[in-house]
Amino acid sequence: MIISNTQEIPGKTIIEFFGVVSGSTVRAKHIGRDIGAALKNVVGGELKGYTELLSEARGEAIRRMSRQAEEQGANAIVNVRFATSSVAQGAAELFAYGTAVRVE
Amino acid sequence: MDIISLLVAPVMLFGAWLTGSVLERRHLRNLLLLESGSRDVLALTIEDVPAEWTVGSCELVIGNVVISQDYFKRFAAGLKGLVGGRIGVYEPLLERARREALLRMKGVAHARGYNTVINVRIETSPLARSRGDGKGTAGVEIMAFGTAIEVDYATRLRMTGATG
Repeated sequence: MIISNTQEIPGKTIIEFFGVVSGSTVRAKHIGRDIGAALKNVVGGELKGYTELLSEARGEAIRRMSRQAEEQGANAIVNVRFATSSVAQGAAELFAYGTAVRVE
Repeated sequence: MDIISLLVAPVMLFGAWLTGSVLERRHLRNLLLLESGSRDVLALTIEDVPAEWTVGSCELVIGNVVISQDYFKRFAAGLKGLVGGRIGVYEPLLERARREALLRMKGVAHARGYNTVINVRIETSPLARSRGDGKGTAGVEIMAFGTAIEVDYATRLRMTGATG
């Protein structure tokens, strides 16, 4: 599965469109990570636990999106976009969407 | 007892200011060092590959960072918020975070054998506070992403003048 946020896959031609595919996941912050982050919040700087958490969650959203595209018979996803929204206290939704296509 | 609780806030403010400033300076030094080492990956916001470039494979690359402001600067920003205007203490933080996210994205591209990232986008999203009463941890996520491609070195040099 080739994933790209460009209109077309560089060096390839799109021969078929399958429509929008998307994947999302909602993650809450882990209590252990929350304590570390709360301490870090006093002195400022990177909250590493959250960086990893969001990075993993986004990976999961991308995997779900890829699976959906595969089921439709696509071999690439173009024009991928991301959206992050805070749905509740301490929880965030990571959402990835794009257009499933077949390229050659 | 009252004196102790009166002292806690100033001590925390001073401690946060001191540690925050030290960490900020260290981060800026690291950024300069890393940025000088990552010039071989070129990040562009163009959407399409120029026709002259021959491209082999491509892949989505992402770099992200979650940051928070220190207690002292949050306090200072709160005071500044009363009169309005430019909140200067937040600008360096967001700038550092964007540079860090871009560097991480370039790092991922480099590690996977690509030398150029096109259609680079940077997104900023605030994370919800961990407690409902407006207290607790708050952070901002900065995410940089783009499509990593491998471009013939000579062609890229002719088009961009990037020396690598």
